[in-house]
Amino acid sequence: MMKRVSAFLIFALLGALLAACGAPAPAAPTAAPTTPPAEATPAPTTPPMGGMTGTIKIATQSPLSGPQAALGVGIRNGAELGLDQLGKTLTDMGFTVELAPFDDQAKPEVGSANAKNIISDNDILCLVGHLNSGVALASLPDYQSASLVMVSPANTNPKITESGYPNAFRIVGRDDVQGAVGEEFARTELNIKSVYIIHDKTDYGQGVAEFFRQNAEKNGIQVLGFEGTEEKSVFDSILTPIQAANPDLIYFGGIYDQAAPLFKQARDRGIKAAFLGPDGLDSPVLLEVAGDAVKGMYYTSVAAPVSQFPDAAKFAEDYQAKYNEAAPPFSAQAFDAMGVCIQAIANAATAANGKPTRAQVLEAMKTLGAYKGITGTYEFNAKGDPVKGTYFVLQVSTEAGAPADVWNKNAVVKRLEIAAP
Amino acid sequence: MAVEATTGAELVLTRRSFRSFMSEVFGPLLQVLLFVVGSAVVLGGIVILLALALRGARTDIDLLQGTITILPQVIVDGLVRGFLYATIALGYTMVYGVLEFINFAHGEIFMVGAFVGAFFSAALASSGMLTTLSPILFVIAAVLLGMAVSGLLAMSIERVAYRPLRNAPRLVPLISAIGVSLVLQDVMRMIAVNTGLGFNAQFRTPDLGQPLVLAQMPIADERTIPVSIDSRSLIFIVVAIVMLIGLNYLVNITKLGKAIRAVAQDRSAASLMGIDVNRVIAITFLIGGALGGAAGILFGMRVSAINPYVGFLPGLKAFTAAVLGGIGNITGAMVGGIVLGFLEAFVASYLSLFTRGQFSGASYADIVAFSILILILIFRPSGLLGEVVTQKV
Repeated sequence: MMKRVSAFLIFALLGALLAACGAPAPAAPTAAPTTPPAEATPAPTTPPMGGMTGTIKIATQSPLSGPQAALGVGIRNGAELGLDQLGKTLTDMGFTVELAPFDDQAKPEVGSANAKNIISDNDILCLVGHLNSGVALASLPDYQSASLVMVSPANTNPKITESGYPNAFRIVGRDDVQGAVGEEFARTELNIKSVYIIHDKTDYGQGVAEFFRQNAEKNGIQVLGFEGTEEKSVFDSILTPIQAANPDLIYFGGIYDQAAPLFKQARDRGIKAAFLGPDGLDSPVLLEVAGDAVKGMYYTSVAAPVSQFPDAAKFAEDYQAKYNEAAPPFSAQAFDAMGVCIQAIANAATAANGKPTRAQVLEAMKTLGAYKGITGTYEFNAKGDPVKGTYFVLQVSTEAGAPADVWNKNAVVKRLEIAAP
Repeated sequence: MAVEATTGAELVLTRRSFRSFMSEVFGPLLQVLLFVVGSAVVLGGIVILLALALRGARTDIDLLQGTITILPQVIVDGLVRGFLYATIALGYTMVYGVLEFINFAHGEIFMVGAFVGAFFSAALASSGMLTTLSPILFVIAAVLLGMAVSGLLAMSIERVAYRPLRNAPRLVPLISAIGVSLVLQDVMRMIAVNTGLGFNAQFRTPDLGQPLVLAQMPIADERTIPVSIDSRSLIFIVVAIVMLIGLNYLVNITKLGKAIRAVAQDRSAASLMGIDVNRVIAITFLIGGALGGAAGILFGMRVSAINPYVGFLPGLKAFTAAVLGGIGNITGAMVGGIVLGFLEAFVASYLSLFTRGQFSGASYADIVAFSILILILIFRPSGLLGEVVTQKV
């Protein structure tokens, strides 16, 4: 009897587990096209050109679950919207297009495992991703081995394009420039004399923090400390030395999930230093968790709120209508990354007069020329960087209201166009 | 004559038990206090000596002054950290005492406690009661709720995942515990994400007041920095001490405590003496889980943002603390937690200062603290209190 009860409980537990796995469908690591685009099936009015048949898949990789899912899902949705609206170029040619979303969980090992799945699917000709530079760097060797083009809507670490991957492209700026932009803003606009730098020990966070430090030391800002931490909740031991050092500014190189409790606990302790950080802080969750502590603080970004791009107004409306939430940062960039992918595939298909190979798409990417998207016009240099990157300094709104709404009111205080180094 | 003798003996008995009552309930606490003061003095002395020795090496700042300025704050940090590890470590050590089994799901019990508090505060906030409720009432209600949920959860886990494996080889329940831990993490993630609480759940509290400023430490150019203790940290320490007293009373004085100790010493003999072993083990899980849940609530209140993986690291460190103190020994768990907390706080705060920022204290704190731990265990393999006190629970 006892045994039977236990066995029953174990089965019940297993059942619950399976149900748990089944619930967040898009989080499954396997390619699961959520909604086949409407344009995919209807018969084209003009007869398709010769040989232009078959399925073309464009993959996305971003964290769809876990602490950074807010941004990762935005990338997936932005790309999906891009395929819905711009995929017509390919469907008119006679192809069937599909989105293949993958969840990298913001973990390098998961991204790399997914990459192996992606390259084994020969229909995938282009990839939009990732959110995290560390994950992209772990996955790039696999993409390179299959000549798969990666167009990143968010990766700012210089190594993405500096490591000699011919297939790595991005439509955003770089950390070395972002660190410099932050430092210049702190020095000239905030009149900062001393800074305490904290980073999250990732390729992204430490990278941007290093560039901030180099520039600060060069330009005479006193660097009182430079610390890396993976701590996510209790920041006592980091805050005590900061309190003693009494800096004018705390610069945090990392992501909002860590920054929010850090900033909040710093203010709770009576630390009065200003806060500054890179685009990893660009999420309403920062405001939701840290509350008053971050109101009015500044952050630099390669991706301003969607409202800052005049051409993206329609995108913002469509996004709101389809996903029932405001378009998060990087979603408009994901839309453009998808547009770049589609354009390159279309060019390659025209040149090959049929379904192109990945190598042909890569060739088309290199000769793409200027692409006009909703967030700007992009032309890629030999490394894969946009010829001119746009950088912003933003200020968190001090208005009251729901964090997600307030975040969209964040104002751009400075806009810079800087060529990639 | 005979009657008189009996009453006399009874009187002696009651008087003796009052003395033993005091010593058994407050004795361990004195021992903990001794270690608190001892750790603070020893580590404080070491950093001051180090500062004196290295004084000449740094010309840009006065190392000695810098060291002394943050010392009181570091001690407060260490105390809070120590009590956090101590309250979690109790759950590990009690279960180990009765079953000789490491309950690796205990860190998740702690996490569930924190989430219960977050749900509670979110519910209060949505009904508008959060700002009007008296802070003390809020803390008491949240702690009791967290204790109840976590305690019952720990008990049901024991029933489902451990009891059927009680006679299996040692490693089997251990694997089962790791499985339970993963299940709890991800089930909580699913619940949190789907109930609107969010992955990074916010733990709101009524206004608990400003940090309590203990002193103003002078630093260069006529500025001072406050040595303060956060009201949340203060609540943490007070509640932790109350719980430790309660636990000592329960284990050392009550009949139930005697039964627990008996089961810990020899399970089969205890069962021959008429003790319901299954019931005692279930209650041990209930108590350990409740302590973990209370620690979770207090932790969540203090850090104000929690996520479903927040239990892993404190759980691991609390387990280390239990081993450091001598696993199976209740006072040892408290002492181990305190010592580990102090070690971490000191290393994290001073390493960067002493190495001119070459080594970041926050990132190397674990390495240094755990190296010291290994050293201690090499010289005292059974833990700090493993030999001194033979009684185990």
